[in-house]
Amino acid sequence: MLKIRNIQAFYGNIQALRDIEMDVREGEIISLIGANGAGKSTTLMTICGVVPARHGEIFFDGKNITNMPPDKIVALGINQVPEGRHIFPFLTVMENLDMGTFLRNDTDEIKKDLEYIFELFPRLAERRSQAGGTLSGGEQQMLAISRAIMTRPRLLLLDEPSLGLAPIVTRQIFDIIRKINKENNTTIFLVEQNANLALHIADRGYVMENGAITMTDTGKNLLSNEDVKKAYLGI
Amino acid sequence: MTVKNELIKSILASIWFMFLTFPIMVIKVNTVTDTVEWRWYNMAVVGIGSFFISMLWRYLIRKKEEGSKKEKKDTVGPVQRILQDKKYFLPGIGAALLFTIFFPHIFSMYQTNIMISALIYVMLGLGLNIVIGLAGLLDLGYVAFFAVGAYSYALLNLHYGVTFWIALPLGGLIAAFFGIILGYPVLRLRGDYLAIVTLGFGEIIRLVLENWNEFSFGPSGIANIPKPGFFGFELSLQATTTFTFYIIVLLVLFTIFVINRLQNSRIGRAWSALKDDEVACQAMGIDKAKTKLRAFALGATWAGMGGVVFAAKTTFINPASFTIWESVIILCTVVLGGMGSIAGVMCGALLLILLPEYLRDFGEFRMITFGTVLVLMMVFRPGGIIENVRNTYKFEKSSQS
Repeated sequence: MLKIRNIQAFYGNIQALRDIEMDVREGEIISLIGANGAGKSTTLMTICGVVPARHGEIFFDGKNITNMPPDKIVALGINQVPEGRHIFPFLTVMENLDMGTFLRNDTDEIKKDLEYIFELFPRLAERRSQAGGTLSGGEQQMLAISRAIMTRPRLLLLDEPSLGLAPIVTRQIFDIIRKINKENNTTIFLVEQNANLALHIADRGYVMENGAITMTDTGKNLLSNEDVKKAYLGI
Repeated sequence: MTVKNELIKSILASIWFMFLTFPIMVIKVNTVTDTVEWRWYNMAVVGIGSFFISMLWRYLIRKKEEGSKKEKKDTVGPVQRILQDKKYFLPGIGAALLFTIFFPHIFSMYQTNIMISALIYVMLGLGLNIVIGLAGLLDLGYVAFFAVGAYSYALLNLHYGVTFWIALPLGGLIAAFFGIILGYPVLRLRGDYLAIVTLGFGEIIRLVLENWNEFSFGPSGIANIPKPGFFGFELSLQATTTFTFYIIVLLVLFTIFVINRLQNSRIGRAWSALKDDEVACQAMGIDKAKTKLRAFALGATWAGMGGVVFAAKTTFINPASFTIWESVIILCTVVLGGMGSIAGVMCGALLLILLPEYLRDFGEFRMITFGTVLVLMMVFRPGGIIENVRNTYKFEKSSQS
């Protein structure tokens, strides 16, 4: 579904990504783990077209999307839940969700999706007329994910969904992620610091170090890999 | 204890004021007899006056703080409640319309003229409200588009004999075009930087008009711009004024209609989202550049049309009418009235333009009063006269379970 070939990205003169190669197949959950500053978020941003790729190509369903403007990429069915949530603080929960449907015109389907979301997150239903900024961290993350689902993405990119959340809320969020993947057949690309949880739910995982992919395997294998254990699981 | 504290602070303030105003209020040198007159009486007046003003100030601040603690539940002010309640709203609108229709017949031509300029500013304020209130882009060079509109009518009329009615949409379009020209380079800028660049843009337009003699006739301006025609009939001065008044009233109504529609449209939603968070906007598939350019272009359109009316009303324009001060006034109307709220901006514009006119009797104190009103507003009603109330969606209890 998504093919990343030899991507290099730079911030000024500093190289952030070195020849990244990745494949994401339809219906999978992919986890990308790594230390701070390894280039995980940059990878996502490059896929979304926010950070330009200086070299290499990205294909989505065989279509070259390298350096396309972000809004065009969203229209193709790739959506990102940005790191730190980035909900609209002064819009209500309902309006935030509405923003997710910005590129859609199918009113009936939108209604259905909305119901689906309120089923997934009953908390949001309770708070729909409340401003986004007044929600708790966990609720904001739920809102950010829901907003992304409202765009009906085929590939959902999640950047650190566990950031700043209590362990129990994190687990809830991960359950939901798995549920979305199963029920809607939404392919999920997960970037996480919490390697343990991320690899548990992942079909396959990638390990990133200093802007390059150093390891790739199934989630299970990575979890039992000695190097990964030492470096990221603290065992 | 607190009262004693307040008293001490007020006394200190009054002493400070007596000291500050001592050279101008107390000492008076009589140059004829070479003697110094000591007017101690003035000092007492300043001291007592500033003491009471200081006390009043403290009292109001305290009251406001107490109020803000209590008020949290009920954020909707009385004005909004009236605006939202159909029972008061419709008769209110009706009365206002009736009043505007008969306004030029009841009051003198002088009053009508003042009202026309106030209404032009209402239009400008509403236009700027798109850029600032809805899209959150601080534009300090807004008057440039006003100038573009005015000059496009004046020049098109001078060279090609274009009439008012053709110039009106044309002026809007040309201004929109300039809006896009300004918009492109500032797409990446936000906040202060954006303000500085737009400020510069406004000055560039004014300086070009002032110095490019062959094109715009420089500081001497363009005179004898025809007033709006009425199907080719010649009208008396009185009748033309009344006619212009109705034109601007209609234009304002049109502006309100369009902005109201914009606010509730997809693009209006995109603007308020852009104001909140640009990164998230991109993630939602909003074209950031296009959305911002639209805001600039649409905002400029109203300024352009306002400019055409302004040129037709005054029949003479020169660059001195389009200084940075005008931009500031328009910005003030938006901020004072309440960002994003249509009724608020109208209120602010009428107040800001009419107040100095009617305060003319105060002579040189006019601007001081003006400034004081602004400062007081910002302290006691920072959201503007009529704060913008975001649409709230209400749901029935049953659907929540």
